[in-house]
Amino acid sequence: MNNEQFNNRNVSEDGYFQVEIKDYPTTGWDKFKRVVQRTFRIELFVGLWVVLREMIVFNKHTISYPEEKMPIGPRYRAVHEMKRLWESDAERCIGCGLCEKICISNCIRIDTKIDENSRKEVSEYTINLGRCIFCGYCAEVCPELAITHGGEYENASDQREHFLLYEDMLTPIDKMKAGAQLEFEGFGAITPHEDERVKKTPLAY
Amino acid sequence: MDTAYLIETVIKVVVILLIFSALAGIGTYFERKVLAFMQRRLGPMYVGPYGLLQVAADGVKLFTKEDIIPTNVVGRIFKIAPVITAATAFMAAAAIPFLPSFTLFGYEVHPIVADINIGILYILGIMGVGLYGPLLGGMASANKFSLLSAARGAAVFISYEVVTGLSILAPIMMVGSLSLVDFNNYQIENGWIIFNMYGVGFVAFILFWIAAFAETGRTPFHLIANDHEIIDGFGTEYSGMRWGLFFIGEYANMFFISFVIPLLFLGGYGDGSFLGALALLGKVAFFFFFFLWTRAAWPDVRPDQLMWLCWKVLMPVAVINVVIAGFLMMF
Repeated sequence: MNNEQFNNRNVSEDGYFQVEIKDYPTTGWDKFKRVVQRTFRIELFVGLWVVLREMIVFNKHTISYPEEKMPIGPRYRAVHEMKRLWESDAERCIGCGLCEKICISNCIRIDTKIDENSRKEVSEYTINLGRCIFCGYCAEVCPELAITHGGEYENASDQREHFLLYEDMLTPIDKMKAGAQLEFEGFGAITPHEDERVKKTPLAY
Repeated sequence: MDTAYLIETVIKVVVILLIFSALAGIGTYFERKVLAFMQRRLGPMYVGPYGLLQVAADGVKLFTKEDIIPTNVVGRIFKIAPVITAATAFMAAAAIPFLPSFTLFGYEVHPIVADINIGILYILGIMGVGLYGPLLGGMASANKFSLLSAARGAAVFISYEVVTGLSILAPIMMVGSLSLVDFNNYQIENGWIIFNMYGVGFVAFILFWIAAFAETGRTPFHLIANDHEIIDGFGTEYSGMRWGLFFIGEYANMFFISFVIPLLFLGGYGDGSFLGALALLGKVAFFFFFFLWTRAAWPDVRPDQLMWLCWKVLMPVAVINVVIAGFLMMF
């Protein structure tokens, strides 16, 4: 996806300029002159031409929404996703509970247990989308880049409480095997080329 | 009055009623599409191919919607007001020659319901009566916005009717008749009226066209039902088919005015040939399109600005125009 349109926030280069506006006429003669000028300069037809040109050019900006969708930015904070590890396809979530702790609208609930391999495993994980304000703190605080935001924004519900379960958020294993998991580039994600900048842990001393 | 004439007239009335009721509906479709294209949108797309059946969907909605008579309204007047608008719009069409006369199965048909000798006066008079719809509907509605709209309607009506009447005085002086058929025949011999008499006809044409915008309440003068100022004006309290009648009346009026302007100033249907009839329909289409075009391009004026325009600019110009026409005809 081309990010150029999302990244360019520099509006001053797009040709802004001051409009010249004359002072309002004060005397009757000046007012009369302005009326005559406006009548015979045919400014009205400029406006007519502009809309007719748009009609002839036929360059529509409508997006027929259910059939086609706008491209949204990679940093867009929509419904959450749970990622898997690229190396082992295992779940990234280590059940630390930081997301539950930091969630300012108290919509995340996480429960963990010790599994048969004596590893901590997430037993319950729900996000109440009816309460979530999509602030992105959970994604930012996650030490494993496990919970992130995705691009799925069609989460309308007929109920106020709309819960998202762990299994719904987790990348499906077949998608993972196909290598189709998308990394979140937004809030809390590692910056590009992070590998080159990271320093080795000084274990020598 | 023989039976054949009676049957012919009834058939004509029914045909005109049906065609222009349908055209009023299709006119709304064209309006939406044209406005959408000019604003880089698509317009109605989902009902039927390219939204063509949107008109039918609107009709179903209007016909089946509950007819609400709110409390505190003056019931009888509230109910009759939309009928006045729609009825007068179609009554005005009685004196309009829509096409040149043609022969159908060996029977000569004149596509005009009644070729009365006061044609244009009758048309303008009946269109003037049409204002009673918004006026009475607005006053009977027990709603502040409707009342404002009725007051505006009355004030604006006086302003533009003066311009309408004075502007066509010069062409009437040239032709010497009020019948639109006589207007057409005059223009066959002497050329289009807008090119006649050193620009007098052209000025009259411009004045009448501007007044037509006020008459039909289209955008630069869309004051009586100005959505962003007074909700829907006189139509605020109306629902269902009563509101639909206002709508049909408004659009039928637009079509009839679009017929009257070319008949008065632009040569009408010409010498009665098929090409002339097509040319008239082309002119009508242009004027109707222009109504939609200006709605996309121009802002609305304030009521006081419209009155200023009508009384202080257009009326003096119209009077001077008539005087010049008189001098030109004298010498």
